[in-house]
Amino acid sequence: MAEKKESDERFKKFGTVSFTSLTKTNDFIDYLENGKIDGTRCKECGRVFFPPRADCFQCLASHMEWFEVTGSGKLVSFSKLEYGPAGFQEDVPYSIALLDYGQFKIFGRIGKDVPETDIAVGMPMKTVANRLPNGQLNYVFVKA
Amino acid sequence: MSRVAIIGVGQSEFVRAYPGSVRELAFEGFKDAMRDARLSAKDIGASVVCSAPEYDKQRSPAGVFAEYLGLNPQPTFYVESLCSSSSMGLRLAYSLVKSGLHDVVAVIGFQKMSEISSADSQERMGRGADIQWESPFGTMMPAYYAMYARAHMAAYGTSLEDLALIRVKAATYGQLNDKAVYRKPVTLENLSNPADRMAGPVASPLRVGDCCANADGSSCVIVASEEKAKAFCKKPVWILGLGAATTSVNLAGRSLFTGLTAAQEAGRQAYQMAGLGPKEIDVAEVHDCFTIAEMMAYEDLGFAKPGEGRDLIRAKATYKEGSIPVNVDGGLLSKGHPIGATGGSQIRTIVLQLREEAGAIQVKSPEIGLVHNIGGVGLYGNVSILGR
Repeated sequence: MAEKKESDERFKKFGTVSFTSLTKTNDFIDYLENGKIDGTRCKECGRVFFPPRADCFQCLASHMEWFEVTGSGKLVSFSKLEYGPAGFQEDVPYSIALLDYGQFKIFGRIGKDVPETDIAVGMPMKTVANRLPNGQLNYVFVKA
Repeated sequence: MSRVAIIGVGQSEFVRAYPGSVRELAFEGFKDAMRDARLSAKDIGASVVCSAPEYDKQRSPAGVFAEYLGLNPQPTFYVESLCSSSSMGLRLAYSLVKSGLHDVVAVIGFQKMSEISSADSQERMGRGADIQWESPFGTMMPAYYAMYARAHMAAYGTSLEDLALIRVKAATYGQLNDKAVYRKPVTLENLSNPADRMAGPVASPLRVGDCCANADGSSCVIVASEEKAKAFCKKPVWILGLGAATTSVNLAGRSLFTGLTAAQEAGRQAYQMAGLGPKEIDVAEVHDCFTIAEMMAYEDLGFAKPGEGRDLIRAKATYKEGSIPVNVDGGLLSKGHPIGATGGSQIRTIVLQLREEAGAIQVKSPEIGLVHNIGGVGLYGNVSILGR
């Protein structure tokens, strides 16, 4: 991934409103721009993390490698918001949700195109990269 | 081992918009507790100030309040664990007294939420979660708890009507609480009639009636050594057990979605420290920021088995006359939820119950009471067991 020496603020692109600019996991944004969802794996002990992180609490090492999230997870739960917090009011209604991939879980949104009547706890879904109307990036869950 | 007591409790009225500054708001709860304990400021060895930041502009409120409340030059501490801040403050006060550093400590909780809009306060609350990986999706507290509600329904068949029964109970007692922000009756019909405001959607499956309201308020709990308690107070209430726990902030790091593991762990610790079990609790205050939160509390605290919380509310076992009265002051659902003040208000209710000074909501001769206070979406769990 490209090295950006000065003021690497790639993470400002994540989500409708990002509250983080500088993080050691900024490469996540480059993967996302290329249509990929990546987590991190500790090179020392092999523990996998989603959301990605730079440091492993299990072995205290900071040597991570990226891995691509593939396949499907099971929908743990979801909620459709009729009101949004400040900064998100133009997005409503939208549904936040959690997918269980077994070794890790992913928190995100359900895709706008998935009909509400099709959504049920336990259903398989997959995670795909998404560009928001305001040009920002996130990922959403769609039917597997 | 010497014991630690609560010798005074107080709170302000909880209101939509307090017509004054945060120090003036804090004064109201402090004054109420100091009059209850019949103390003067010189008797207080230290203060612990509890709130969640960013709702008002005052940074480092502890030092400001110490001056306003006449508590200079005594030391003061600021404690924050979101909505369980003042229960965490009680834990700090207990350790300050137990260690012998101070004899009498005032735990002052406050929150003034009305200085910002409702959408802004939801944004603040959303940032009490994982701001890097969750908040950019537009999270807010009702939606997180709604995800627990949906998972509970899917796992156990808990229904929207079961949740509505909890709101109806809260309103039954909220009408009797002159400190509560919401004092109107609520019926099952209010939550099931789509035309009713109470049934309006917030974050599915939770409705307006499933959610507590933001409020401004303050509370104060005065903690003392056994020696001071016996000297100052006719009816000390003893701190028998304290539990505190945490879990992953991001839901992705959790493994249970039908209960709160931090509450379960805090409960286990508190029961163990007190040498008591759930059957020995005579009256409880639980953190009902949403109806589903009270349902999960029944199960997390062992009042019911997992999935059987609904049987308690259906049988009215958690009403005042029931086997385990819960939130007979109306709970957060009626009182409103001024974040940093909430735990102190819950403690106040249990102390008044154990002193048999609770008036119209008095439970018959309680010996042991429990306070369950949660910060964030189960990020922080605090359980306190008190006895007379």
